[in-house]
Amino acid sequence: MRVIALHVGVLAALFLVQFVLPDYHHLALTRVMLLAIYAMGYNMLFGYTGLLSLGHAMFFAAGLYVAGMTAYYTDLGVPLAFLIGICCGAALSLVIGVIALRTTGVAFMIVTMMFGQVAYLTITYFTDYTRGEEGLTMPTSARSFDLLGLHVDLTNAVQRYNLALGLLALTLLVIFVVVRGPIGRVLIAIRENETRTLMLGFDTFRMKLGALVLSGTISAMAGAAYGLMFAYVGSTFATIQYSIEALLFTLLGGAGTVLGPLLGSILMFYMIDITSEYTQAYLLVTGVALVVLVLFFPKGILGTIRERWLPWLP
Amino acid sequence: MAFGPFLLLATLEGLLQAAVLTLTALGLSLVFGVMRVVNVAHGELYMLGAVVAWWVASMFSLHPAVGFFAALVISPLIVGAIAFASERLILKRLNYDPESTIVATIGMLYIIQQTVLLTYGPDARPVSAPFYYRIQLPWFGYSGYNLFVIAAAIVLLLAVWFVLSRTRLGLIMRATQFDREMAQAFGIPIERVYAFVFAAGAMLAAVAAVLIVPIRQAHYLMGLDPLLLSFIVVILGGLGSLRGTVIAALLIGLSDGIISVFFSPTLAKIISTLLVALVLVFKPEGLFGAKAR
Repeated sequence: MRVIALHVGVLAALFLVQFVLPDYHHLALTRVMLLAIYAMGYNMLFGYTGLLSLGHAMFFAAGLYVAGMTAYYTDLGVPLAFLIGICCGAALSLVIGVIALRTTGVAFMIVTMMFGQVAYLTITYFTDYTRGEEGLTMPTSARSFDLLGLHVDLTNAVQRYNLALGLLALTLLVIFVVVRGPIGRVLIAIRENETRTLMLGFDTFRMKLGALVLSGTISAMAGAAYGLMFAYVGSTFATIQYSIEALLFTLLGGAGTVLGPLLGSILMFYMIDITSEYTQAYLLVTGVALVVLVLFFPKGILGTIRERWLPWLP
Repeated sequence: MAFGPFLLLATLEGLLQAAVLTLTALGLSLVFGVMRVVNVAHGELYMLGAVVAWWVASMFSLHPAVGFFAALVISPLIVGAIAFASERLILKRLNYDPESTIVATIGMLYIIQQTVLLTYGPDARPVSAPFYYRIQLPWFGYSGYNLFVIAAAIVLLLAVWFVLSRTRLGLIMRATQFDREMAQAFGIPIERVYAFVFAAGAMLAAVAAVLIVPIRQAHYLMGLDPLLLSFIVVILGGLGSLRGTVIAALLIGLSDGIISVFFSPTLAKIISTLLVALVLVFKPEGLFGAKAR
């Protein structure tokens, strides 16, 4: 009961805070919510299944580019472009999963990193269509759409904020149902001891593949929403650094906690935002945060809180 | 230029790349082989080697050769000391857990890179070669310094091989690689070996960087390409196999130039990265490595 109350409370707080935030933070929080969805997808694989991917930016970028380019080059409309982006993300994660999950441990990290790099290079290679680092800016026709009799204007900050919040709530619900249910327990069992889980009669490969596809699809959804809402797709979103960002958000908030990635995204976004006002070497914060976290707080903020004070925290 | 001389030039350039790549990848391979640690910050240690070389060379206003050879000695020592300290302060405390060390070395990557950006700045700066001597071939002139780099790399490789296979130190390292616990049972100070190996791996990268910096300038982002190429070499050669690393580095270094002539460099990179990822998936012991025990 208090678990459900906590999550509804967090979402309600995010809904209410939009009425008091100044413009800049209003926009920033919209971005952070989409990045949090990406990190939540990442957490599905890293936090719950124990698979550390270093190439998750490719799923984010798949959603971003497929949705963005569909909206840019065709007139299928925004909702359809969004759906196509998600489907392509799901298909890509299925293919990558079937190949990469043949490896474990260190090899899995390096293989995913290399596939991520291949995805990035592919985007740069087809620079005639993707415009590489310079990126594509969505035309005005792709800035608004009608769905079920509702007119949605993506240039309107309020509608954008609540759309992002809606997606965040949906993701939270899906992840909550999955990890609290029997599947989640099997995934955690795989994280703790894969051989034993296999011996208990679970098809661990299929479970891992399922987790990777769900994780990749959620990340792709975040990417598709990001590209369409902010009207820009560019190859920087596919770099290794973006993969590491998801890892960092998850580690900071607490891997294997439902709300951890959200908390981690908010904190890290503002930490980088504040440092970048003072120095161009703002990535130093990323480096220091990674080392400090892994040395002193390997469980992250919510993981530590759960361990010390609130054992019921999901 | 006719095809023959053109191929000769491509081969010479490929050999130069292979020489530097072998030294860098050997450092990565040594660290992975003995410690089972994937050092993502390896490329940044290479970059640090080049930047320190510029710093040392710029302090000597005498003949460029003095500055260069001073850098060749001092830069690896400084980089080795930094690596040694980070091993003691970070990796050792993580108990060499594979996942945590990867995350920690990613952090180290950013810390080193951004600290250099803060202090050294975003500019690329040259170090002058110790000597200028052009070898005039019938078709084109070729820098004698490039040949010096290749020769130096071969000498260093032989030295590493000698240490590993003919000295007591090498025996201790191989014993640790073969079976950590058994080695410890025989009284080998594992922790000191690890710290030494981590520093030695960094020093190999730093030496490679000092050798190349008169040809390519020192820049704070120069570490990424050597890192990815070293990964490719170490995987192809078999994780932890030194002989495989050398063969793979020669193969990659030589083919890189030639492939780039026929395809676009980006396409060449896409194909090679994809192939290497597939090698790691389907043949994890590498193309030349021994089967994993």
